[in-house]
Amino acid sequence: MDIDLISNILYAMVRTGTPLLLIALGELVCEKSGVLNLGQEGMVLMGAVAGFVAALLTGSLMLGFLLAIAAGIAMSLLFGFIALGLNANQVATGLALTIFGTGLSAFIGSDFVGKPITGLEPFALPLLSEIPLLGKMLFSQDMIVYLSFFLFAAVYWFFRSSRPGLIVKAVGENPHAANAIGLPVIRTRYLAVMFGGAMAGLAGGYLSIAYTPLWAENMSAGRGWIALALVVFASWKVERVLLGAWLFGLASILHLVFQGLGFSISSNLLATLPYVATILVLVLLSRNQVRARLLAPMSLGKPFHASS
Amino acid sequence: MKRRQFNKLLTGVAAGIGLSTALMSGQAMAADDPLKVGFVYVGPIGDHGWSYQHDQGRLALEEHFGDKVETTYVENVPEGADAERVIRNLAQSGHKLIFTTSFGFMNATVKVAKRYPDVKFEHATGYKLADNLGTYISKTYEGRYVAGYVASQMTKSNKIGYIASFPIPEVIRDINSVQMALNKYNPDAELKIIWVNSWFDPGKEADAANAMMDQGVDVILQHTDSPAAMQAAERRGKYAVGQASDMSSFGPNAHLLSVVDEWGPHYIAQAQKVMDGTWESHAMVEGMTEGAIVIPSFADSIPADVKAEAERLVAGIQDGSIHPFAGPVVNQAGEVMVPEGEVLSWEELEKMNWYIQGIDAELPK
Repeated sequence: MDIDLISNILYAMVRTGTPLLLIALGELVCEKSGVLNLGQEGMVLMGAVAGFVAALLTGSLMLGFLLAIAAGIAMSLLFGFIALGLNANQVATGLALTIFGTGLSAFIGSDFVGKPITGLEPFALPLLSEIPLLGKMLFSQDMIVYLSFFLFAAVYWFFRSSRPGLIVKAVGENPHAANAIGLPVIRTRYLAVMFGGAMAGLAGGYLSIAYTPLWAENMSAGRGWIALALVVFASWKVERVLLGAWLFGLASILHLVFQGLGFSISSNLLATLPYVATILVLVLLSRNQVRARLLAPMSLGKPFHASS
Repeated sequence: MKRRQFNKLLTGVAAGIGLSTALMSGQAMAADDPLKVGFVYVGPIGDHGWSYQHDQGRLALEEHFGDKVETTYVENVPEGADAERVIRNLAQSGHKLIFTTSFGFMNATVKVAKRYPDVKFEHATGYKLADNLGTYISKTYEGRYVAGYVASQMTKSNKIGYIASFPIPEVIRDINSVQMALNKYNPDAELKIIWVNSWFDPGKEADAANAMMDQGVDVILQHTDSPAAMQAAERRGKYAVGQASDMSSFGPNAHLLSVVDEWGPHYIAQAQKVMDGTWESHAMVEGMTEGAIVIPSFADSIPADVKAEAERLVAGIQDGSIHPFAGPVVNQAGEVMVPEGEVLSWEELEKMNWYIQGIDAELPK
């Protein structure tokens, strides 16, 4: 393998990992606040269709991304209203949101199947993109990938050294204690859920405007679910989410590259590579069970009643 | 149209409360006992590929007969126990002709056909027959041969990429058909095959296309259903061939040709037979001759002489003078499967599970 090929693989790794990274970061924040939203897939699809339709009709990709984010937030508010406002079971609500989002996005998008748009083009940063090996991977991407770097750093900083980050964690660990000291539990959870929706919507927009600029039903092809699993395997650590997302991207790409190079490994075996590699690494990282359990937000998935 | 869309929305909502599939009525009401025709799709009609193309056939049927038919389709039907329930529902609700359009619906269709002897069933791509159950499949390999020829002439790097879904006879046959064209017209060209283990995953298809182009491929063919690979080729200034439906809009410069499935003529002909009472069970194999496989257009980027030869191939396949698998056909081990002067029969093509000579890869087991 020559250096060009490796730098191309790394470039593709980041592109493939980006939607997973965006969804997983959103879900991480959501789960840290104690809310388990299984509606990622539905929110991603709604973001994808809203973003695509907006970009197609207005010709503005920026507007497309904004609408994708708005659609994600709208879906997450629906979840929030049912799961937080009405205290319904979060797992059931999340699953319903996925199924609802899949159907609704197909309905909205039915007139837009087979219509092309000019997708978001990569934007190579001068000089930096010339760095051997890593230049292409880190500095020849499109704006949303750069944004994902920034959002990763922002979420990392948020939980590491900001007061609101502590509030989110407190609400997720023990909402009653948080409530007792006057923290706004429900409002915090709403904001976290909305952030999750915004990120899923953005990931959807990335899929339909940048990654493969088209709309097709169910085009997310399960990425929402993979991102959900990533958060768990990353044991709710921000840096591991990035690692997991990119690792998954790398393994997905290698599965294709190896076949092109004519390696005589079974393609079915290669196809399992992303899952096996990601699970293996993240399980090894969190093999200490007691610690792993401590890492999960204590009140994850439990409804909160202020009165009880 | 309005009503169908509303129904689609309803399905989304209904799905939310636990119903995975629901019947969707294609047309509200029609006059004088129209023939009710049912369709079962494996994917969404919005895939712009396999199921989409079957639905185009259904629309052609509606347009042809107007009030004389009433069609119903059920999309996203999983290949398994659920399919039997869906097909039975269609049979129970007065549908006299039912098309089940995916290989995995075979056993379910056989079972239901047994219980409803006065309903006619047609199963796409399968091989089990009954008095009231016929099969139909189209010879996509004929179009693929023409695509292989055009690719062999358009490549500059002599590397042609093929995005494959699953190693089943239908897919293997089409890969071999492309290689037959390469062997004849450009033996130096190398066919790089990447299996993505999916019929439909735009992201993965695009990744596969990009991985190939990174390795020097400059013409991409695909046996997967989304236009993502076409788009990827367009972005990087390479060529691609569309699959199942016309994908030219996704790659104005990249698009060379599309091999399109036209199910409309078959659906119209069979519905007519049921109306006339002349329908009989059949194992129908249709290709370019019957208009089931069409190449709507050749791109302007194809030189005139190449285009002329491609059109000659199409005409030859249509009148039967050219067969993509005309002997000698040699397998990878060097054994002659069909000697010169003969062609590989449909019976052999139907269960093809070996690569022909010239393909430098192992068939996934």
